[in-house]
Amino acid sequence: MPSATEPIISVKDLTKTYASGFHALKKVDLEIRRGEIFALLGPNGAGKTTLISIICGIVNPTRGTVRADGHDIVTDFRLARAKIGLVPQELSTDMFETVWSTVSFSRGLFGKPKNNAHVEKVLRELSLWEKKDSKILTLSGGMKRRVLIAKALSHEPQILFLDEPTAGVDVELRRDMWAMVRSLRATGVTIILTTHYIEEAEQMADRIGVINKGEIILVEEKAALMEKLGKKQLILKLQRPLEKIPEALAQFALELSKDGLQLVSTFHAEREQSKIASVLRALAELGIEFKDLQTRESSLEEIFVDLVRARA
Amino acid sequence: MNVHAIRAIYMFEMARTWRTVVQSILAPVISTSLYFVVFGSAIGSRMAEVDGVKYAAFIIPGLTMLSLLTESISNASFGIYMPRFSGTIYEVLSAPISFVEILLGYVGAAASKSVILGTIILLTARAFVPYEIAHPVWMVAFLVLTAVTFSLFGFIIGIWADGFEKLQLVPTLVVTPLTFLGGSFYSIRMLPPAWQKITLFNPVVYLISGFRWSFYDASDVSVGTSFAMTLVFLALCLAVIGWIFKTGYRFKA
Repeated sequence: MPSATEPIISVKDLTKTYASGFHALKKVDLEIRRGEIFALLGPNGAGKTTLISIICGIVNPTRGTVRADGHDIVTDFRLARAKIGLVPQELSTDMFETVWSTVSFSRGLFGKPKNNAHVEKVLRELSLWEKKDSKILTLSGGMKRRVLIAKALSHEPQILFLDEPTAGVDVELRRDMWAMVRSLRATGVTIILTTHYIEEAEQMADRIGVINKGEIILVEEKAALMEKLGKKQLILKLQRPLEKIPEALAQFALELSKDGLQLVSTFHAEREQSKIASVLRALAELGIEFKDLQTRESSLEEIFVDLVRARA
Repeated sequence: MNVHAIRAIYMFEMARTWRTVVQSILAPVISTSLYFVVFGSAIGSRMAEVDGVKYAAFIIPGLTMLSLLTESISNASFGIYMPRFSGTIYEVLSAPISFVEILLGYVGAAASKSVILGTIILLTARAFVPYEIAHPVWMVAFLVLTAVTFSLFGFIIGIWADGFEKLQLVPTLVVTPLTFLGGSFYSIRMLPPAWQKITLFNPVVYLISGFRWSFYDASDVSVGTSFAMTLVFLALCLAVIGWIFKTGYRFKA
């Protein structure tokens, strides 16, 4: 019986080379904590879907091991896979089936006995109950996405993989999905999501992993990542234009706009916490007045782009 | 063994049959009945007996086998190809289910459909032509064994195919001609001696011959040989499927 402190997913030295010779994953090590929401970010072709597919049993690993809740995904695949639910990126459904039958089918496929009460509960929670007798063919894209989630939850998994869960869905549905993911986590389900929407990771994840060219280049608590790599900008709109930056301000590495009316200082949010005060003091000493002051922090997206570029 | 999963796949596939009952059951029954009407009742009444059996009755096992072979292949190949085509195969591959259990679900359903269809065709034939079954247990054995064997063959085609055209290629260009030339409508003893030898390379000859023997106690080749050849083809299909599952060929990267 795995302990509560043991990672719910443990990936060690995982390598995948496809028959074409393409190295999709290179010695990946990763641990997912029990009950967390983990966001896996990476550009197209980085290896996100391959990693998920191996953990879920869809793709064979070339080398390395994966354990799900303590069970090896190859030698103990039945127990390992029974713990996992997967919502794929593509809207792959049986178009001519009804919502009820396709969700019931998924439950049976994962070795669970018939349980109409559970299927009903899942459909109600996903606002699909009214559509239970509708053929999937007749549903909207957003509803189809919900059906895929219902299928993944039909066998009561402890680990849920969401591969680009909100790709192509409208803002309202995206926020509904986020709420649903949070409520799932509240019930103890561990959630691993891949996404292109950095906002999604920023909103939901406890930890962020960045994968690029088949390698995990970073795994960090979201807050710590923002703090460690995040940049802050101080933007000052001046009362009168400057021709050039005075010598006394050179130490602050300021940028002056072409019209001379805006000064911008970019600094590290954590390491240079006193920079704003220092800049303002220096401006006051030089008699440079400003009419407006703005600060902004870099988003997770900017951090992500910087990280990937740095490793390119 | 994951019985719930086998049952889920089996019931899912069977449900598709009942949903498309016109295409799955009615169409093959009608087309086979037309053969009975044209070759049995209309032309057959003017033809001589074959091996002491009226021609109309003689063709029943061959025509039943024709439907059984084509439908077994079609059911099984379509059953596994559709999830691959639509992408829903991800769910089967990620489920706690072994390859043997996947096979039992898909091939079991395809073979069941074919046996049901074969039974309906035999009952329908009774409406046009009187016939008797000399060895009912062997008749059922040949019916089930052929349905299972060719469902396995269909499963292989469903894995191999990467488009709907390929899905139809083998049944249309290989199986149907072999069945027509395998003695569905004639005894191979009616062929010139050289062709009698050549036709023995056609595996369908053994299936039809064995099946016909179970009806009329008369066959082109010995029933033991027919049974053995069916088992050889079954073993061959199982070996290929074993290789597919071992290597993941077009199934699992």
